[in-house]
Amino acid sequence: MSVAVIAFYVFSFAILASALMVVASKNPVHSVLFLISTFIAAAGLFVLMGAEYLAMVLVVVYVGAVAVLFLFVVMMLDVDFVELKQGFLQYLPFGGAIAVLVVVELIMVVSVWAFPTDADLALAHPSPTAAQTVADPNGPTNIEAIGLILYTDYVHYFQIAGVILLVAMIGAIVLTFRTREGIKKQDAAAQVGRKREDGVELVDLPTGQGLS
Amino acid sequence: MTRDMSEVWTYLSTRPSDAGWLAWLIPTVLQTLALVIVLLLALAFLLLFDRKVWAAVQMRKGPNVVGAFGLLQSFADFFKFVFKEIVIPASADRTIFILAPIISFVLAFIGWAVIPVGPGLVVSDINVGILYLFAVSSLGVYGIIMGGWASNSKYSFLGALRSAAQMVSYEVSIGFVIITVLLLVGSANLTDIVMSQSRGAGILNWHFIPLFPMFVVFFISALAETNRPPFDLPEAESELVAGYQVEYSSTLYLLFMIGEYLNIVLMCAMLTILFFGGWHSPIPWAPLDSVPVFWFGAKIVFFFFLFAMVKAIVPRYRYDQLMRIGWKFFLPLSLFWVMLVAGVLIMFPGAQDWFQSWRG
Repeated sequence: MSVAVIAFYVFSFAILASALMVVASKNPVHSVLFLISTFIAAAGLFVLMGAEYLAMVLVVVYVGAVAVLFLFVVMMLDVDFVELKQGFLQYLPFGGAIAVLVVVELIMVVSVWAFPTDADLALAHPSPTAAQTVADPNGPTNIEAIGLILYTDYVHYFQIAGVILLVAMIGAIVLTFRTREGIKKQDAAAQVGRKREDGVELVDLPTGQGLS
Repeated sequence: MTRDMSEVWTYLSTRPSDAGWLAWLIPTVLQTLALVIVLLLALAFLLLFDRKVWAAVQMRKGPNVVGAFGLLQSFADFFKFVFKEIVIPASADRTIFILAPIISFVLAFIGWAVIPVGPGLVVSDINVGILYLFAVSSLGVYGIIMGGWASNSKYSFLGALRSAAQMVSYEVSIGFVIITVLLLVGSANLTDIVMSQSRGAGILNWHFIPLFPMFVVFFISALAETNRPPFDLPEAESELVAGYQVEYSSTLYLLFMIGEYLNIVLMCAMLTILFFGGWHSPIPWAPLDSVPVFWFGAKIVFFFFLFAMVKAIVPRYRYDQLMRIGWKFFLPLSLFWVMLVAGVLIMFPGAQDWFQSWRG
């Protein structure tokens, strides 16, 4: 058994175990932390596949940004566990129905699943695997291969995805933005542009008299 | 002496892939150990250097009792921290409370795995080196946010929230600055980034000249990313006592502190690699270029000195000013420079050829 195989089993087991703990742990903050460990183990699997760029992007985007904000929100939420448990029985039928539906779908998908041969894989993935990069060091690296595909064949999908994200971002801002009346705001330009003459005045005071 | 050392390193850095995994594992472990020991020792003296600079600016003497000129002060502090009792608050989340400083400490170290300190002197020369560094530095927020939450104290929690918002904000502009450098270099490998700054003209080829505004943005963002003054709002002692680490004591606090300082040194190393030519000497002259590790270390110490001076002479920012600089000034500026650099490289193919002439 090579190191890669051992690493594969370690990462896979870590993914499954922490994914289970995401659902099973009682504290929502622990759930998010297990979600993060799932992401990191998934990034490890990407590295094993030779997709090092995807692995790093997964860590940067999901773990470094998205999950931090998740954690942020979950920590600030005031979750009442008693209330959560009371609602449990009430929602059990719906939840159960959805679970059964998903399981049926999964069975349908898996039952027609045919494991691809090496030839199929080579056909489906034009990007080089780790073994190929070692064999041909002058060939395109992982980043170059993704860029060559993403910005040529799939450029429209890529831009549409970008526009959708932009719309979602603007939508979130529009939904939560409200102008509040009567609050004092700091105007940085005015603060920086303030001169000494505006705030300080030198006055000659006769002894024994105050300033009226 | 130098020949012996290089022979040792050649032995350490050979990785015959057909010689089995043991032949890979042993040299890698030895390299890692060497790097960790050197880093920890260097850090002890950098800590003292930081305090001495700070003291000199304030016309004090700084630590001068333990050892000659106080040289052993950091080791005395180390033993003081280690021999104290670890106090865990009764209402804290014990596992996460202990895990948080360890995560901080480990994340500060694993970034160094891809740092090339000299030609070929790198533990792991991966293709996506700079992305790896970026990923590791973006993970650094977890130690702080977990520590702040697990302490179950309002001061800690507020400090952790501030820190998370601050680090996420400044990561964005750091990312764009890195992209401008990558556009000039045409590679994400750190060794390539260093080599691209040696095109025969020494210091004139270093990236801080064409990308000077980005260098300034990166330096200030590095201050904010490492929670260093003037952006040390997560631990602003006038408002939050000590922020996320207020409940931490002894070894756990020590781990936080080492992690924090190691992150600063890592940021200095990133500045050196991205903008200041890595291990190259300012003048391309063979005798000067024959001591690459010295140049790398000297540049790191120079940036660390700048960090220390900023800490000593700049007052702390207000939180809204911090956020304003990050989102309304650095982000548009760095985004504009990504456009500018990409546009120039496309418009003038000669510029691209000149910047990427290192490929040879």
